[in-house]
Amino acid sequence: MVQLTLPKNSQMRTGKTWPKPEGARTLRKFRIYRWNPDDGQNPRVDTYFVDLDDCGPMVLDALIWIKSNIDPTLTFRRSCREGICGSCAMNIDGGNELACIFGMDEVKGDVAIYPLPHMPVVKDLVPDLTHFYAQHASIKPWLETKSNTPAKEWRQSIEDREKLDGLYECVMCACCSTACPSYWWNGDRYLGPAALLHAYRWIIDSRDEATGERLDDLHDPFKLYRCHTIMNCAKTCPKGLNPAKAIAEIKKQMVERVV
Amino acid sequence: MADVNRGKRPLSPHLQVYRLPLAAVTSIMNRITGVGMTLAAVLIVWWFAAGAFDADYFAWVDGLLTSWLGLLVLTLSLWALWYHTLNSIRHLIWDTGRMMEVEIVEKSSWVVIGASVVMTLLTLIVI
Repeated sequence: MVQLTLPKNSQMRTGKTWPKPEGARTLRKFRIYRWNPDDGQNPRVDTYFVDLDDCGPMVLDALIWIKSNIDPTLTFRRSCREGICGSCAMNIDGGNELACIFGMDEVKGDVAIYPLPHMPVVKDLVPDLTHFYAQHASIKPWLETKSNTPAKEWRQSIEDREKLDGLYECVMCACCSTACPSYWWNGDRYLGPAALLHAYRWIIDSRDEATGERLDDLHDPFKLYRCHTIMNCAKTCPKGLNPAKAIAEIKKQMVERVV
Repeated sequence: MADVNRGKRPLSPHLQVYRLPLAAVTSIMNRITGVGMTLAAVLIVWWFAAGAFDADYFAWVDGLLTSWLGLLVLTLSLWALWYHTLNSIRHLIWDTGRMMEVEIVEKSSWVVIGASVVMTLLTLIVI
């Protein structure tokens, strides 16, 4: 359901302003969402100052710098630092980004960082993605076949393989789904752009033999048709993919198979 | 991992922090103009029904709807009709999988907004 405001326990307070690093000449101000599951308090927004002369250019560099130099309790996910693992997805300057490949120079003024929107928060910038992953699993993200398994491999022409470009690159960072207002209001039943992009990746795979069953499963007022082409998913995707177009292609296939 | 906090977790901020892209604004405007037109349709039916009802009553309703406030509401309704029509044509194109690239959507958003204003002005001049 649409609830425009935050529940009482989720409303943010002004938090602590941490001291500026001593001797630093170039400072950048960061406002970062904090929530500690252990103290029973509401979330707060803390202010930090980062010494740019001592820090790399990306937002993730700044977060690691803060954790190393100012506040070791600041909690966030990160791993590959090159945009391939999808761990450090968060809301930076009003858009969902991968902190590791998003430069501080892309933000004007202070850098505001929040967890991915409209998600349960585990701690600080770490959202609970359990439901998101379960939705991905629900579309059966693997090759479904009925024919006998070939002796060597499931062959695919170069042209058919090309249909997967722009789809297989998804790293499941959840930036798109958590940018989608339909997913905010109906995320319990609407699969969201990420899971639907993956669904389409298997629907158009020439080797997959469960296309009909896959479409049957998506033929549902909520799972697929809560997409209203708001386009936030494509706009925010850190990998430059277009889930909205993938969803439109699924809707087209739904029509094509009955006409 | 011990997961002792499930159930009392806060909800992360959404509308409070998300900077809505232009396409998202044109999308919610489509919804708002749709609802607005429904209300405008009721107003116009009321206008006609008043005419069928009695002359004094019609004069009163007519006076209300042609007052500056009434004309403002009707002009906004006219714009809503144009906006909703043009944006819905864009939705029909999107339903064919075309013009969905981010840059093109940005441009077509401006086209819809601009064209809706131009068509509203043209309609006002013609009628």
